[in-house]
Amino acid sequence: MSPKKIVLRFGGDISDKPIIYHLAKDYDLVFNIVKANVDPQKEGTMVLELTGEKYDQGLAFLQSQGVKVQPLTEEVIINKEKCTSCGACTALCPTGALYLHRPSMEVDFNGDDCVVCQLCLKVCPVRAMEVRF
Amino acid sequence: MATEKTYAEINAKIKAGKAVVLTAEEVISLVAEKGVSRAAREVDVVTTGTFSPMCSSGAFLNLGHSKPRIKMQKVWLNEVPAYAGIAAVDAYIGATELPEGDPANSNFPGEFRYGGGHVIHDLVAGQPVKLKAVSYGTDCYPRKELETHITLADINEAVLFNPRNSYQNYNCAVNLSSKTIYTYMGVLKPNLGNAHYCSAGQLSPLLKDPNFLTIGLGTRIFLGGGVGYVAWNGTQHFPGWQKDSEGNNYGPAGGTLAVIGDLKQMKPNWLVGTSYFGYGASLTVGLGIPIPILNEEVMRFASVTDTDLCAPIVDYGEAYGQRIPGNLGYASYADLKSGTIKVNGKEVPAAPLSSYPKAREIAAILKEWIQKGEFLLTEPVQKLPSPKDGLTANTLEIRV
Repeated sequence: MSPKKIVLRFGGDISDKPIIYHLAKDYDLVFNIVKANVDPQKEGTMVLELTGEKYDQGLAFLQSQGVKVQPLTEEVIINKEKCTSCGACTALCPTGALYLHRPSMEVDFNGDDCVVCQLCLKVCPVRAMEVRF
Repeated sequence: MATEKTYAEINAKIKAGKAVVLTAEEVISLVAEKGVSRAAREVDVVTTGTFSPMCSSGAFLNLGHSKPRIKMQKVWLNEVPAYAGIAAVDAYIGATELPEGDPANSNFPGEFRYGGGHVIHDLVAGQPVKLKAVSYGTDCYPRKELETHITLADINEAVLFNPRNSYQNYNCAVNLSSKTIYTYMGVLKPNLGNAHYCSAGQLSPLLKDPNFLTIGLGTRIFLGGGVGYVAWNGTQHFPGWQKDSEGNNYGPAGGTLAVIGDLKQMKPNWLVGTSYFGYGASLTVGLGIPIPILNEEVMRFASVTDTDLCAPIVDYGEAYGQRIPGNLGYASYADLKSGTIKVNGKEVPAAPLSSYPKAREIAAILKEWIQKGEFLLTEPVQKLPSPKDGLTANTLEIRV
């Protein structure tokens, strides 16, 4: 069985708990952390490659702990024709994938850091962020 | 001898292709190097720019007469209502108007994907726009309803008229409450999660002429990619200087402009339909104003930097909505642009809502127009109220 890529979202209340540890110990799952951005007391996101016989039980455990889980099958892209470099997305992007070059103040997007939370699609005032399936 | 130049002298140099024009960013390093006196002597015009959501924007349209005629008592453009309570077939489409039946914030936070600002953008982009009108029928205007498509080229006049644009300065918005809020300053995370500001700072027109020495009624400007004019002071025009309780000066704030221009010569990349999640629809307007360097005083103001200019930090979690006066201090645009400011002792990530790169581009385009001799400066036919007039806001009292 090939590993599945999933996105995990942690609320600030659980981001300091050793949740991933239990996936390995209690459910015997093999995980590979593709990206992680988890700070204590803050909202966190993580992209995992996950495989193992107790995959479904592992996912149910994550959800029972308050972790939001979604498959990573989508990709966010920036439409440079539409983006005005206003910057409204940059303090909201949870992983810093959308950021400002300083001092030019041009907005840039690093897809490698994106966890496809799609918040930018909602907050971009000119709808320059798009999702590709 | 102190520099004194007239509009006529500067225009003569522009016509001769000899005017020295710098952007409000470029002039900063020149003044740092040569000083105000020499810079005032050498430079004729400083160009400014801003590219920001400006909700108080809209366009007067004359839609032309159908056969048979209709009075157009009510008008919709792409389902967005336009104000038609003026003469037959005239209408005003406002930037924040929402389509009929838009869910708005009933499913909070609403998305506001389309509104009057988007209609204006579509018109300027040459897109066909669906026109619907109804009326009650009169002897001279017998038709009672109409549905068709228009384009900007088809209709008679189309005049952008924005009653409150080009805010001199704006709040830096934060959220002290414990829940995420959705505002015209963007999404503000709880407990000082982020700070949003909305100004081009050292490139912004009214921050560079705080005493309204040159910007006045009739000033020719860059508006939406075309040429426009200052029509009046903007609504809520209360120019002044920001001071704290100890009398420290944090730079100018409070001025606004009403501006007007021919929509038909404007460009879609400088008038962009805009949506604020959980707040509403708007129009992002590109606006640039040339400042004639008449003397050293004008130059001194035109060359102030992001370090000298500050935004008041305001809590939108409670204080703004409840109209509780005061602020949480001031942040300089230099600090805001660095990406982090300190509020109540906490490091807070700061992000703009106003595009600095586009503001820079506008100042550069205006500079080019002037250098080519295509754009002459106008002396105001009347000065606008300035800080010395001491204008202050009236509040609205709820009377029963």
